[in-house]
Amino acid sequence: MLMNLFKFKGGVKPPTNKTQSVTLPIAQAPLPSRLVVPLHQSIGGTPRPVVAAGDKVLKGQLIGEADGWISAAVHAPTSGTVVEVAMHVQPHPSGLDALCVVIEPDGRDEWIPREAVDYKALTPEEVRERLQQAGVVGLGGAVFPTHGKLTASKTVPMEELIINGAECEPFITCDDLLMRERAEEVVRGIGIFRDLLQPKKVLIGIEDNKPEAAAAMRAAVDALQEPFLVVPVPTLYPAGGAKQLIRVLTGKEVPAAKRSTDLGVQCFNVATAYTAWRAIAHGEPVVSRLVTVTGNVHAPRNYEVLIGTPMDELLKLATPHPDTDGIIMGGPMMGFLVPDPHVPVVKATNCLIAHDDRLFPPKPPEMPCIRCGACAQACPHELQPFEMYWFARAKNFGKTQEYHIFDCIECGCCSFVCPSRIPLVQYFRFAKSEIWAREREKNAADGAKARFEFKQLREEREKAEKAEKLARAAAAQAAKKAAEAAAAAAAGGDAAETAAAAPEVAPAAVDAAKEAKKATIEAAMARAKAQREAAQPKNVEALSGAQQKEIDEIEARRQVAHLTDADAASPAGEKTE
Amino acid sequence: MFAPAPYLLKDVSVSQVMTQVCIALVPGIVAYAWLIGPAILVQLAIASAAALLAESLMLKLRGKPQAMFLSDGSAVVTAWLIALTFPPLAPWWLVALGTVFAIVVAKHLYGGLGQNPFNPAMVAFAVCIVSFPALMSQWPSVGLQMPLVEQLNVILGLAPRVDALSGATPLDALKTALKLGDSGVDVAQLLANQDIFGNFAGRGWEWVAAGYLLGGLWLWQRKLITWHVPVAFIGALVLISGALWLYKPAQFASPLFHLFSGGAMIGAFFIATDPVSGCTTPRGKLIFGAGAGLLAYIIRVFGGYPDGVAFAVLLMNLCAPLIDLLTQPPIFGMKDKA
Repeated sequence: MLMNLFKFKGGVKPPTNKTQSVTLPIAQAPLPSRLVVPLHQSIGGTPRPVVAAGDKVLKGQLIGEADGWISAAVHAPTSGTVVEVAMHVQPHPSGLDALCVVIEPDGRDEWIPREAVDYKALTPEEVRERLQQAGVVGLGGAVFPTHGKLTASKTVPMEELIINGAECEPFITCDDLLMRERAEEVVRGIGIFRDLLQPKKVLIGIEDNKPEAAAAMRAAVDALQEPFLVVPVPTLYPAGGAKQLIRVLTGKEVPAAKRSTDLGVQCFNVATAYTAWRAIAHGEPVVSRLVTVTGNVHAPRNYEVLIGTPMDELLKLATPHPDTDGIIMGGPMMGFLVPDPHVPVVKATNCLIAHDDRLFPPKPPEMPCIRCGACAQACPHELQPFEMYWFARAKNFGKTQEYHIFDCIECGCCSFVCPSRIPLVQYFRFAKSEIWAREREKNAADGAKARFEFKQLREEREKAEKAEKLARAAAAQAAKKAAEAAAAAAAGGDAAETAAAAPEVAPAAVDAAKEAKKATIEAAMARAKAQREAAQPKNVEALSGAQQKEIDEIEARRQVAHLTDADAASPAGEKTE
Repeated sequence: MFAPAPYLLKDVSVSQVMTQVCIALVPGIVAYAWLIGPAILVQLAIASAAALLAESLMLKLRGKPQAMFLSDGSAVVTAWLIALTFPPLAPWWLVALGTVFAIVVAKHLYGGLGQNPFNPAMVAFAVCIVSFPALMSQWPSVGLQMPLVEQLNVILGLAPRVDALSGATPLDALKTALKLGDSGVDVAQLLANQDIFGNFAGRGWEWVAAGYLLGGLWLWQRKLITWHVPVAFIGALVLISGALWLYKPAQFASPLFHLFSGGAMIGAFFIATDPVSGCTTPRGKLIFGAGAGLLAYIIRVFGGYPDGVAFAVLLMNLCAPLIDLLTQPPIFGMKDKA
């Protein structure tokens, strides 16, 4: 059971604050008054709504259809009536709206018919398809559609399957409680992943501050006679980052530019394994998840919460203290203050922390960077945050990329240790989004340029084709004429003359072709002229008798003065010269 | 309400960092005041006052908040390093001038805290030794055998600067020996016979240096500095002084002597480790420290100045950006792509 662990560089040890919320078992949150279910809850394409206002839905019924391979379906969390499909504010720092299905529960919580299957009777493709249809996504926070990660690399053999139960962020304990209470189903879910990926080893990493969870998982692994290894890893934030956990357990470092499968590793969160098992073996799509409700509350606890539950309704269950002034979704290191307390719980919501100034004192003012290098020592990706900060501040985004800004996982270690209290991660997010915006602009410009060039090319090609066609027709005509002439000559009976005339046929044909082309051009010009004239206003039509008379008189005077069109043209021309 | 993550912050600040640097200087200061003379305490006070005044003035001119920056402690660290590297009986105005120059020119004209390419204290030292070579060379050879009032009078210019104030420092004595060549005195004899020499370096001064070493080790233990710069500085100094000492022990002093003489210890732990003007990458710090140690030895032994640490550090400051650029460490997941 002894295993050689590896270390990742950097990392920090913030106070964990986990004990508050693990004293009570998981509780079922009551049905909220209404559910706002965002359609876009995973990385990838936004699911298309398949219900409309007024529709009756059952618990687990499809309401949003996966759009493309990297996308996952969304389901009704309970039975009830669709009130509207409309834009609502999202649990995202931007505070932007997105399309949501709003459901009024009928209180019966009635399931769709659930089909339990033995996944071993299914092909891997069918299992992946089912996971996608059940809306199974990475519940560690990244919400990447799980089925998209369950195909092994074709070239690299799958060596290790890593199951992430590290849960390194302070305050969060939902994975801890899940492993304590539902270890068997987690292990069964891991079995599905193992069968699809066929790795040599399965390693379950759990931070060593969760001995109960590790013991429960070990017991479940033993009971199910699986060869999985439960490995306690040192408590060091961000040991639960996928790349950090892979490093600690295997010694492999996955660079930003590569997929972990390229190195023969894949990583899933324990909660993802649990939902995968529920989806396959019980036919239950992902309609709820465990959420830790903690922080400035009277009774911190973990709840099984329906997706779409308004956060303020959930927070009330834990009785927040009256000085609570905000809700943090996620942990204190990587989470964010939600823009509105009514925003719904989504698949990415692992924790709600009631915010107040005592738990999280306001940040002191930012000082200049003194290049102390504390950030570089804390960075788990061994970047030079102070250099990137410098260039991000100067909007020298090219340089930030030279210093590998896209390898930054925004874990917050640098900001945590900075003695100048510089919000370094914010600078990096700013730089990244600026770079993305510029790339989008450049791509748009490149696309427009390509379209324009193609249009030009097409027009030239069409012109050439037309000319060629005309030339061919003219040549055929000329050849025909020549042939007729030859025939006439032959009829004259002088064979020698015919032989002498024959070579002349070809040049004659070319001349004819030129003539034909010229004629065509002239015809075209005439047509154009006619068109122009046709388009010109004609105020000399439909004249009354008096008007016609007047015009005739004017014309007569002009003729006397030699000012008619034909005469006037040449003197005018001379004058201008 | 908008505030970005992380919502938890480690309890650290610039003023905490600077305060700890000052605390780390205390063992050296105690030894200095005890063995050389309490005049250093007066110099520390003069330099601190001058630094804070200059800082306040520059903050006002630059329209920066006074309280936030005056309390960051960086000006006091600069002031203390100036007081500790200037001769203990330097006239008050020289110390004040050096400090004001450091704060106004070397720090604020380059953009203030965190922006200075050169170590401000060493800029002050270099400017003063070039402008006032005589005053900057008046080092008491042994402890100041005069009461505090008299030391104060000398500093304030109320008493004449008698010749007894300045003797040959141990480094000067060795330099003279080196110049005399083979016909001159033997270094070992010199160390044994002259009363300016103590157990292993200058008498009294050796314990001041030991105090800096102690404080420096504490800084390292507190993780305010990394081992790279001091180890490289001391390593380079030991290597070059050891090589020459083995080659001609009669003319060159031992590595131990060089480590505990002049500004070597304060330089290795407190000056070359300045993060703002130094290197930031691990390999860069090694190059920076080794370069400073090597140059300090060359200047102090073969050059015209009493010690070489200040110029060595300034020369390495000049190279720091380039060294950093060329020594960027490989990042996570990219180590095999050398």
